[in-house]
Amino acid sequence: MTTAWKGPGLLALGLTTSLFAATATPALAQTVNLRYLCYADANECDVARDLLDRFEKANPAIKVTVDKVGFAVIREQLETRLQGGEAPDMARVTNLGGLNKYYLDLRPHINAANWEANFATTLPWMRVGPNDKGIYGWMTQLTVTGPFVNKTMFDQTGVKMPGAGATWDDWAKALAEVQKKGKIYSGMALDRTGHRFAGIAISMGAKYFDAQGNPSAVVDDGFKATAERVVQWHKDGLMPPDIWPGASGAKWKNAGDMFINSDTAMHIAGSWMIQKFQSDIGNKFEWIVPPQPCGPAGCSAMPGGAAMVAFKSTKHPAEVAKVMEFMVSEPIIKEYYERTVQIPAHKAVAEKGLTYGKEVGEQTQAALKQFTADFAKISPVAHQLQAYQRNVAIFNATVNYVAQAITGPLTLQQAYPKIQEEIDNAVKK
Amino acid sequence: MTTATPSPKGAASGGALALWLWSRLGDALDGPFRAVQRHVGAHRMAYVFLLPNLLVFGLFSFWPMILNFYIAFTGGQSVLLGERPFVGLENFRELLGCQSYLDPKTCPVAGFSFWTGVWNTLFFALVQVPVMVVVALLTALVLNRDIRGRGFWRAVYFYPVMLSPVVVAVIWDWVLKRRGILNEWLGDATDGWNALVPTIGFRLAAFALVGLLIHAAVMRIARRLPEARRTLAARIAAALGSITVVTFVLTPQALTLPDYRPINWLIDVRSGWPMFWVIFVYTWGHLGFYMLILLAGLQSIPKDLYEAAEMDGTSKGRQFWRITLPLLMPTMIVVLVLSLIRAFQVFDEVYVLTGGGPGQATKMLIQHIYESAFIGDAKRYGIAAASSVLVAGVLLVLTLLQLAATRKRAG
Repeated sequence: MTTAWKGPGLLALGLTTSLFAATATPALAQTVNLRYLCYADANECDVARDLLDRFEKANPAIKVTVDKVGFAVIREQLETRLQGGEAPDMARVTNLGGLNKYYLDLRPHINAANWEANFATTLPWMRVGPNDKGIYGWMTQLTVTGPFVNKTMFDQTGVKMPGAGATWDDWAKALAEVQKKGKIYSGMALDRTGHRFAGIAISMGAKYFDAQGNPSAVVDDGFKATAERVVQWHKDGLMPPDIWPGASGAKWKNAGDMFINSDTAMHIAGSWMIQKFQSDIGNKFEWIVPPQPCGPAGCSAMPGGAAMVAFKSTKHPAEVAKVMEFMVSEPIIKEYYERTVQIPAHKAVAEKGLTYGKEVGEQTQAALKQFTADFAKISPVAHQLQAYQRNVAIFNATVNYVAQAITGPLTLQQAYPKIQEEIDNAVKK
Repeated sequence: MTTATPSPKGAASGGALALWLWSRLGDALDGPFRAVQRHVGAHRMAYVFLLPNLLVFGLFSFWPMILNFYIAFTGGQSVLLGERPFVGLENFRELLGCQSYLDPKTCPVAGFSFWTGVWNTLFFALVQVPVMVVVALLTALVLNRDIRGRGFWRAVYFYPVMLSPVVVAVIWDWVLKRRGILNEWLGDATDGWNALVPTIGFRLAAFALVGLLIHAAVMRIARRLPEARRTLAARIAAALGSITVVTFVLTPQALTLPDYRPINWLIDVRSGWPMFWVIFVYTWGHLGFYMLILLAGLQSIPKDLYEAAEMDGTSKGRQFWRITLPLLMPTMIVVLVLSLIRAFQVFDEVYVLTGGGPGQATKMLIQHIYESAFIGDAKRYGIAAASSVLVAGVLLVLTLLQLAATRKRAG
């Protein structure tokens, strides 16, 4: 080596040595990358991303990638990915009990007492059986099913809106009148899912479970009364063909766009739609959330919601728990619920109350208030159903076969045993 | 033995240089392959060359087929083989345990879904395949003629084949949904017609047109009548003319159409429209492929046969039945069997367009397999795999038929 090359040569050697030293001490420089699979009804993933940016600033060694996907991906593909070992570290899920066997128990890494105190009602939704005491995630939203009504349509047609305590039949009658007078495409639209159906059915007296807590006789009188009404409402043209008849199997379909486009006077959905309606409807018409319609067994909604859960397949349980602890820390979770306009599932935050932003209008505030009031009236059956591990199988069987009774291949009498058979198959397996 | 290769020195162009590099590459490979040939023998060298393709085929086609066959005899909900218990023929029993295969309602839930898919797919194939073959043949016949812009039209008909099936379905969904383009057009056309009918210009034009038609008809009849009866004909003409005036000038609302109520083309349960549009869209998307095969078949028919027929004074129709169709038959059989196999595999377009609905009206076999395996809480991979085995059996029969037909034609 000539003298001229000695300087750069030594420099290169030095750099290589330093690089080697740096890579040889991973604890100092290695960044932990976590993935959060998130679906959104409105801005939930964007708000989560914003809050996680703050987490990353405070914890530079942990990066969280938010993979924003459609709800169908969570509903249809996540479990297969979990089975195949291709799971994300965290996800926002609604099948709370059904994915239990994949959950990471966060207790060794978190302040479990704080979680138990603040999520006492909803932690059991992610557990299976009385001996399961695990803490697997937190509810990003607490939802209550219920109807949204286009008040402007009632005003324009001069039809009197049913008040508190009105039955589903009273509402159907009034909505048929609004539909006829206003020449509206449909009177009421029900999301294509057995979960929305269950709220009505429980008000009609459906029990869903036997004395041992098994879904051995789901199709009882309350269930049948609801199924008959749903079929009849479709036959009468009160419910649109676009949603329940408009797909096959247990395919999920949201009727929100029909409500936004004034194609229906009532949309039976739930509190998670508030944010979307606020932004997409704007001042086009006035909408309200009326008190929950009733049946002979009460005025029950279905509780529900989505939870941010962690999976045990993660290679970084401590870091995942750190993210979770950050997200449920009081100021962060409060901001999350406020910005996503959700009913809080965190006890302390709920007690102190939320201050929704100025952009949240009066009708949104009123809707949130109504849904919160409805939550108190939810039947114990509805809570039991929500906490049941195989509830998705019940919901899917309902929508699959009731829809076929609407479209014709089956009568309701033929559909009932098939609903029970499919539920039995799922429970057995 | 390697031959001496000239050096690139003096190579006049890039092409020569590429040729030289290619030649060097050949030389470099020659040695190893000669060694392999010495080892396995010349007669086995074909398998050596086939090996890479066989490996890929084995890994991505043959191995999944074996796995699928195994899974068809297992139960449980896990995707991991080790966690799937062997259940023998239970999955097949669930699929085939019907009181009547013609009435899927009499089957267990898995069989109900499977047989609904079977009958829908059969109906789809039996209608769609003949329609596709006939339309593809007609299109190929037209595009085989010496028409202006022939290349352009060939490209136009082939273009949908290059689109993803999902894109095809999404485009047609925009056209066919209740608030879609077709309903908009029909609504606009109805409104436009209703706006036109009351105008004085339309009434005069209609009056003139109908008057002329009546005049022409009466004159035609009158010419055949004896002289004495022509007065009667004139009176009838006058009466008809008066009716026309009353109808078109005084009562234009008689021609006014009722307000157009948008049709749910993809959802209307009892109308049959959903299946019609599924067949239409699928045919639209795949027509170009079969048209191209038939076009190639048409072009391989010797021109002198037609020239001889022309000289003999044979009509065009007779030429088609006696020359074109018989000589095109081997290609037609290939098209028929290929389109039949593809029809049994229909999924993407239908799933995006109708989701299998309304109800189960357009639910096809592959959708049943997909939903059994991947949709819902209870993922029934065993049922899906068993259904796939049964479908594979049908496809195998069709493929063997194709092979037999091709061999028979080849003599």
